[in-house]
Amino acid sequence: MRTLRSFSFRVLVVAWLSVTAHAQQVTFDRILHADREPQNWLTYSGDLAGHRYSRLTQITPANAKNLELQWVFQTRGPAEATEKFEATPLVVDGVMYTVLAPNHVVALDAATGRMFWMYSPRLSPLARVCCGRINRGLAILGDTLFMGTIDGHLIAIDAKIGKPVWDVALSKPELGYSLTVAPLVIKDKVIVGPAGGEYGIRGFIAAFDAKTGREVWRFNTVPGPGEPGHETWPSGSNAWEHGGGSIWVTGSYDAELNLLYFGTGNPGPDWNADPRPGANLYTDSVVALNPDTGALKWHYQFTPNDEFDYDATQVPVLADIEWQGRPRKVMLWANRNGFWYVIDRASGEFLRGKPFVRVNWAEGIDEKGVPKRVLHATPEGTLVYPNNQGATNWYSPSYSPRVGFFYIPTWMDTYSTYTKGPVEYKEGNQYTGRFPTMTVPALRTGPGAVNTRTPQEGWGAIQAFDAKSGDLKWQFKMSDVTDSGILTTASDLVFAGGREGYFFALDARTGAQLWKGNVGGQVSAGPMSYAVNGRQYVAIAAGSALFVYALRQ
Amino acid sequence: MTRVIGLLLLAVAAVAAQEHSYTQSDIENGARLYQSSCAGCHGPNGDMVPGIELQRGQFRRATTDTEIVRIIQSGIPGTTMPPSSFTEAQAGTIVAYLRTAATASGRGGRGGRGAGVAGNVGSGQTIFEGKGACATCHRVGSIGPRLAPDLSDIGAIRTPGELQQKLVDPGAFVRQNNRFVEAVTKSGTKISGRLLNQDTFTIQLLDSNERLVSLSRADLQAFTFVKGSPMPSYRDKLAADEINDVVAYLVSLKGLRP
Repeated sequence: MRTLRSFSFRVLVVAWLSVTAHAQQVTFDRILHADREPQNWLTYSGDLAGHRYSRLTQITPANAKNLELQWVFQTRGPAEATEKFEATPLVVDGVMYTVLAPNHVVALDAATGRMFWMYSPRLSPLARVCCGRINRGLAILGDTLFMGTIDGHLIAIDAKIGKPVWDVALSKPELGYSLTVAPLVIKDKVIVGPAGGEYGIRGFIAAFDAKTGREVWRFNTVPGPGEPGHETWPSGSNAWEHGGGSIWVTGSYDAELNLLYFGTGNPGPDWNADPRPGANLYTDSVVALNPDTGALKWHYQFTPNDEFDYDATQVPVLADIEWQGRPRKVMLWANRNGFWYVIDRASGEFLRGKPFVRVNWAEGIDEKGVPKRVLHATPEGTLVYPNNQGATNWYSPSYSPRVGFFYIPTWMDTYSTYTKGPVEYKEGNQYTGRFPTMTVPALRTGPGAVNTRTPQEGWGAIQAFDAKSGDLKWQFKMSDVTDSGILTTASDLVFAGGREGYFFALDARTGAQLWKGNVGGQVSAGPMSYAVNGRQYVAIAAGSALFVYALRQ
Repeated sequence: MTRVIGLLLLAVAAVAAQEHSYTQSDIENGARLYQSSCAGCHGPNGDMVPGIELQRGQFRRATTDTEIVRIIQSGIPGTTMPPSSFTEAQAGTIVAYLRTAATASGRGGRGGRGAGVAGNVGSGQTIFEGKGACATCHRVGSIGPRLAPDLSDIGAIRTPGELQQKLVDPGAFVRQNNRFVEAVTKSGTKISGRLLNQDTFTIQLLDSNERLVSLSRADLQAFTFVKGSPMPSYRDKLAADEINDVVAYLVSLKGLRP
């Protein structure tokens, strides 16, 4: 008994003393300078610039053929068909944190995949999610993880023991407000926004105090009466109240400019613009906000008065490149609408917009950045390239500052027929119009991928463009489309996957295939890389499992 | 409608069936016997056999104390409920424990007093954070160390009887998730903490520095479970009223999504 007491005394006193002395806190300074600790992956994109670029170099084009599966983490039980595993894990000092669909958080030993803890919040049965009961990942600050839930809550979770610290509701889940985005931490705030553009939500971006969960500011992606931009909605109508403008993916941040960037989703209803004549700001746009106040600095709208579901649901990629002979802070953006853009990220000035797939809805983009639109949805049906899922979608592109290329996961040669149908807003119901026809399934998941299409009905590619010149440098072609994000590394590797269930490594300069692994299920997530005890790993979620690779020892 | 009437009858029966008043020591003894002999099948909260919620007064074949005692002693032929060697008095203490739990499960939200609990929540919190020094080891919300069990939602997952028993006899029953272990690596480093997970090849724990640590068994020369609980007994440290107050405070902790 004496030994027991002395053990307990020692354990507990040491624990008490160590809280401040030894705990490895993830400060915002660490997040801001994530490049100094490439063994860790502290944010959704790996850095605040949205590059999804690892500075680890152990795995190279020469040795990538020796990649070997190290461990697999299976989600529990068969997931529902729409419960794709879309999360990018975080890794902090040897511990991996990720989210299994819909909202199960796990802490794993990053070297072995064995589990420390799991946290599963009780979710409201009223939650409505148009496109999958999914989650894209976590944010961390200090010892606290942050997760959005499909029933529209933001939850702070203790990273050591997996217990909730605070839990706030953003809005009503029964009206379609849900959170699928991995939150973004800027300074002392956690920033998220709701999905739900298919249910007639009115979107917003909101910042919460990381310590308490108190809402600090809210920026409405559909401005109300009296707010600038409201004039782009019909007067004398309440169309703006159901105007959409969802937030589906994590934003980016430029510390020097102190600007926060987010892409916004489609206007509601999706496929019939009759209730909402006008440009419909700030849907299908990128907005630049002051992260301390939520004040709008500038915006750029990719697709005014969208009828084709071309959400700007992409991670803003912030690159510093030479532009017309002088260094310039730009933003690279491959959009669902089939164009990829270069935008001045200090001013919002449009610099360039070029198609990266077959596009027929617009004949290019004018010098002011406005698409020269030639097609509209009609009652008879209009055939539009690219299709309703877009030329790319929520899955992350990548930028290698070493190579200077912008890498885009692409749906090639896809098309939809848009037939204008009646639409009426009813609380909690989908508010979209008639679903367009497509030759490629929108959200296929699960095992047993089947593809019997001709190339003319759509195919997939990883495309590399020179950020400076805009030239296509190479294409890695796949017979099926891809919902995979892209990772680049400082050893000039590209990692990506696709619906066919392969995960592969390419040469970042040439696109040559160096290695592939069969993961046996659709890749619907972004790869990431980390290191433990000097060994580099690459992780990818596919099907309902997480696969982790390293070089054979 | 039938279902509603059935539930009402059950509730009435539960109140009517409670024929005795129980002493605190009955409840504590009953809790101990329950956890050692009944929890294996019925679960720590009495809800692991479908259709039965022992700690909410929901039984399939019994309503009165006497009937429950008889079932504890004789079992139910043709089912997996076996007979036991408990005396009538021993079985009576188990009933006492279950009845207390059932009363407590009808409790209301945060109030000056936890429903079915005699103590005062405010005084309990004062003792928890002060004289009792509970907060020295336990975490509530985002305050306190993490090695001992987090108590943020303890009132939603434990009965007052269990909490009472834990305060006076903490070593009597240690839950699987609250076990402490000690490991010694082949190089002689000692690592101790709360066990989170283990398999044939590895061990995961929250170590005494609040770090998530994963160990390979191949690297260890020793690995042992610490017997009992590191928590001290408050039987002689706090008066009965004070223990009731702490229980009332703990019962009021319902977590973030009650």
